[in-house]
Amino acid sequence: MIDLATYAFTGIGLVFFVAGTVGLLRFPDVFSRLHALTKADNLGLGFIALGVALQAETWRQVAMIAVIWALALLAAGTVSQLIARDALIKRDGR
Amino acid sequence: MTLLLDAVLCVLLLGTALAAVLGRGVFRAIVFFIVYGLLLSVGWVRLEAVNVALAEAAIGAGLTGILLLTTYGKLTRVSAEAEPDDAGVNLPVALVSVAVAGALAWAWSVLPEPTRPRAELAEALPRAGVENPVTAVLLSFRAWDTLLESVVLLAALIGLWLLGRDEDWQQRLGVPQHARPGGIMTSFGRVLPPVGFLVGVYLVFIGADEPGGAFQGGTVLAAVGLVAALAGLIQPPRIGQWQWHAGLVLGPLVFLLAGVAGALSDSGFLGYPEAIAGTAILVIEAALAASIAVTLAFLVIGPPEKGHRE
Repeated sequence: MIDLATYAFTGIGLVFFVAGTVGLLRFPDVFSRLHALTKADNLGLGFIALGVALQAETWRQVAMIAVIWALALLAAGTVSQLIARDALIKRDGR
Repeated sequence: MTLLLDAVLCVLLLGTALAAVLGRGVFRAIVFFIVYGLLLSVGWVRLEAVNVALAEAAIGAGLTGILLLTTYGKLTRVSAEAEPDDAGVNLPVALVSVAVAGALAWAWSVLPEPTRPRAELAEALPRAGVENPVTAVLLSFRAWDTLLESVVLLAALIGLWLLGRDEDWQQRLGVPQHARPGGIMTSFGRVLPPVGFLVGVYLVFIGADEPGGAFQGGTVLAAVGLVAALAGLIQPPRIGQWQWHAGLVLGPLVFLLAGVAGALSDSGFLGYPEAIAGTAILVIEAALAASIAVTLAFLVIGPPEKGHRE
């Protein structure tokens, strides 16, 4: 039962990663590409973390996976904001 | 299934390595180099060499990556030829590269088959005072190498500082950073350092018994300082400040003093009496980590430059 849930959650995560990657490769400008990328980072990694956490043997491991996900979210969010701001400045020529 | 994973990993490693070397554009090469480093650290984990994986991720991919990126930024700022024009093969460079690759291949082919030092290590490890065999080798059995490594880092920093201009010598280190107060980078610079500091200290401390150690932890601590500096929350220091000099030499100095103390007692140079070996290694690792953090951060920040706001 738990194995099944792990398959399901990591499968959903992989779908988000594939979709994000396709978007990253196909979308026309920086902003929509960032939009695609953050979906993969946030939801894709989130679902994979959830699926892997179900396999954890101790609560400590669950907590560590949660911290890793939170840190990846923080870094991804910050970096995409910075990239978007840089692209805005370049576009508006300021 | 794991065979499939390893095969994919090998293909990705070769692919990113080739892309870094053969691809067009310096920036793209740097990005592929960083990705290659991260994949390589996954490879080390697969080989159950977690110590090496941590070092590769922190130093190989992270620190070397940011050094290359800052170099690229500097080249574009001074509008030097950051992107070399495509003028075909640079023959001297190609010849030297082929020679180096050939020499490495030859050296690899004549190396003796590595034997696992299981018996000797298992016999010597209980006397080292730490449970992580890698730390025992680095800080006890082969402490010479580590001592000299820490001095090499210091020499590299002095070499970098010598590149600074005379008229900028009194200025703060590095290029001035412009982060909007209250902006996204400033918030990031406030949130991440406490977590990073905890991780860095933990890596140094846990190094005695599990994968981790002074180099891995020190690199994380250096990154913490760099994030705070990038966010404009701390100002880089000047070269003449003695506190930072002390920080730079603390690690090698403590290491050397411990070695001399061992020579004066009957343990021999860089040998520690068995009773206090664990404590001695922890103290040396802590001092080393502090110095490595300061040295690596200063290496990334670069020589003093003008234009800092006071």
